[in-house]
Amino acid sequence: MTTIELRKSDHVAQRRTLRLPLVLIAAFAVLLGVAACGSNDDDSSGSRTDSSSQADALTVSDAWVKAVAEPGMTGAFGTVTNNSDKDVRIVSGSSDLAGSVELHEVVDGQMQQIEGGFTVPAKGTLTLAPGGNHIMLMGLTEPIGAGNDVAIVLTCADGSTIEFEGQARDFAGAQEDYAP
Amino acid sequence: MTGGGAAGVSRRSVLAGMTGLAGLGVGAAAGVGIGRSDRREPEAALASQTVDFYGTHQAGIVTPPQAHANFVGLDLVDPRDPATLAGILRLWSQDGARLVQGVPGLADPEPELAPNPSRLTVTVGLGPGAFDAAPLRAKRPGWLGPLPSFAIDRLQDRWGQTDLIVHVGSDDPLTLAHATRILTAEVRTLVKTRWVQRGFRTARGTQPDSQTQRNLFGQIDGTVQPAADRYDELIWDDGADQPWLAGGTSMVVRRIAMHMDTWEALDRGGREFALGRRLGNGAPLTGTEEHDEPDFTATKNTFPVIPETSHIARAHRRADHEQFLRRSYNYDEPPEPPVDGMPADSSNIGLVFVTYQRDPVKQFVPVQQRLSDLDHLNEWTTPIGSAVYAMLPGAEPDRPLGYSLFH
Repeated sequence: MTTIELRKSDHVAQRRTLRLPLVLIAAFAVLLGVAACGSNDDDSSGSRTDSSSQADALTVSDAWVKAVAEPGMTGAFGTVTNNSDKDVRIVSGSSDLAGSVELHEVVDGQMQQIEGGFTVPAKGTLTLAPGGNHIMLMGLTEPIGAGNDVAIVLTCADGSTIEFEGQARDFAGAQEDYAP
Repeated sequence: MTGGGAAGVSRRSVLAGMTGLAGLGVGAAAGVGIGRSDRREPEAALASQTVDFYGTHQAGIVTPPQAHANFVGLDLVDPRDPATLAGILRLWSQDGARLVQGVPGLADPEPELAPNPSRLTVTVGLGPGAFDAAPLRAKRPGWLGPLPSFAIDRLQDRWGQTDLIVHVGSDDPLTLAHATRILTAEVRTLVKTRWVQRGFRTARGTQPDSQTQRNLFGQIDGTVQPAADRYDELIWDDGADQPWLAGGTSMVVRRIAMHMDTWEALDRGGREFALGRRLGNGAPLTGTEEHDEPDFTATKNTFPVIPETSHIARAHRRADHEQFLRRSYNYDEPPEPPVDGMPADSSNIGLVFVTYQRDPVKQFVPVQQRLSDLDHLNEWTTPIGSAVYAMLPGAEPDRPLGYSLFH
């Protein structure tokens, strides 16, 4: 998906906690386009010696999830931006809705786990899109209907995390074969 | 449009040298230019014109009408679940805001179809069925229900009331089709499209935005409109009945079949008498210019110059509050077999008759009742569809459509 400027149309939501009700439709919360947070910025020790965490450098925008009528698996997509001047590696993910979260690439039409995770280049972006790199939610315990919000946590190489939400929408694509 | 106002045309379009809200004449001048000297530039300017999605009011209502419109009537698969409705409105807000800027939808499989918004607008309304969910029942506006049954109506279910309406408008039919597809496809498991009423006007650039359009009877149609400085009173809801609706309005959509075969059998004088206006420039039969005030008392040889049975004599407001915004579109579909109660016709032509008003029962119904009781034009027209919607207040980046309904 192209990266485009949305003139404030994407609401910025800061999440300080990692535990949220995952399906927030009734809350009708906010248009979640961008989410950013670090895992440790509430740290009360007050002794932040080094620079901020890797996750602090990241923002996620234009996030969305493919709605699925059956439990099983689905994909999550969006744009991850690295605002720092060092590459950031995303090594894993999790979601309360999924038994596991995998980071996938698509090679020759087959999707597979990407070795070593995603690298978000310094001052650059990582595009997560159908047919390309994407986040896979595996072992869904229930269907994800269009309109629902799905919260996903990504973990960086230094252990810091970023949480974002994507709204599920009906989408015909993202049918890549899965080659575990 | 800059914050708070009615939907207008963005600075981008003003910079492009074209018309602003209710622009006067500039578009016509540019139109002349297209044919003469610079073929590409004016067309690019038209394609890149945008109307803001955000604002106190939804765009697409007092916005000067675009050349093309899709009115999409949808029913909720599960009308008892308000969360579903909230989710739909958030998705439409997210992609509506993108598409009107020429930005592809968030999960747009065909992003190449997005970059020429051509004044694209996306406007959303709720029918009575959208308020069936228990938490929403008390929030249904008092006027939101079927219009009274009119004697002239030959309503067909297939053009009837739906739970939701999405009205998409653009000067570019390709952009329009793509935007409509994106908005409906992303919620395809949540709603069923019951009808699509496609409408058109004259192509952009062929006449100034401020010029009244013609319908396919050749009539100048939509001359009488509320003054812009009375929109707040006559069109926009003030939240007195339903606080959540402040900034919204009501929409009446009536599909009116026009019987071309019999209309064309009339001579020109007969057609002008039926309407009460001249076909040439829309002037009332007592005047010389379109916007001259009709004189219903004027007589010639003891007969009223404007016949008492004429359309404008019957439609003319009897009270100040009988005013509403007319924003109709022509339709021209493939001919169909004759329907009971309707004259056979070799065409399938008519009007997607659309009005906006704060309260349709108070403002619109008295006029429609008079026309149903007596209007010479009824001989050549038949209402075949009717629906009423509560048009949501405008959205903001952090307040998607319907926000006030759910908070």
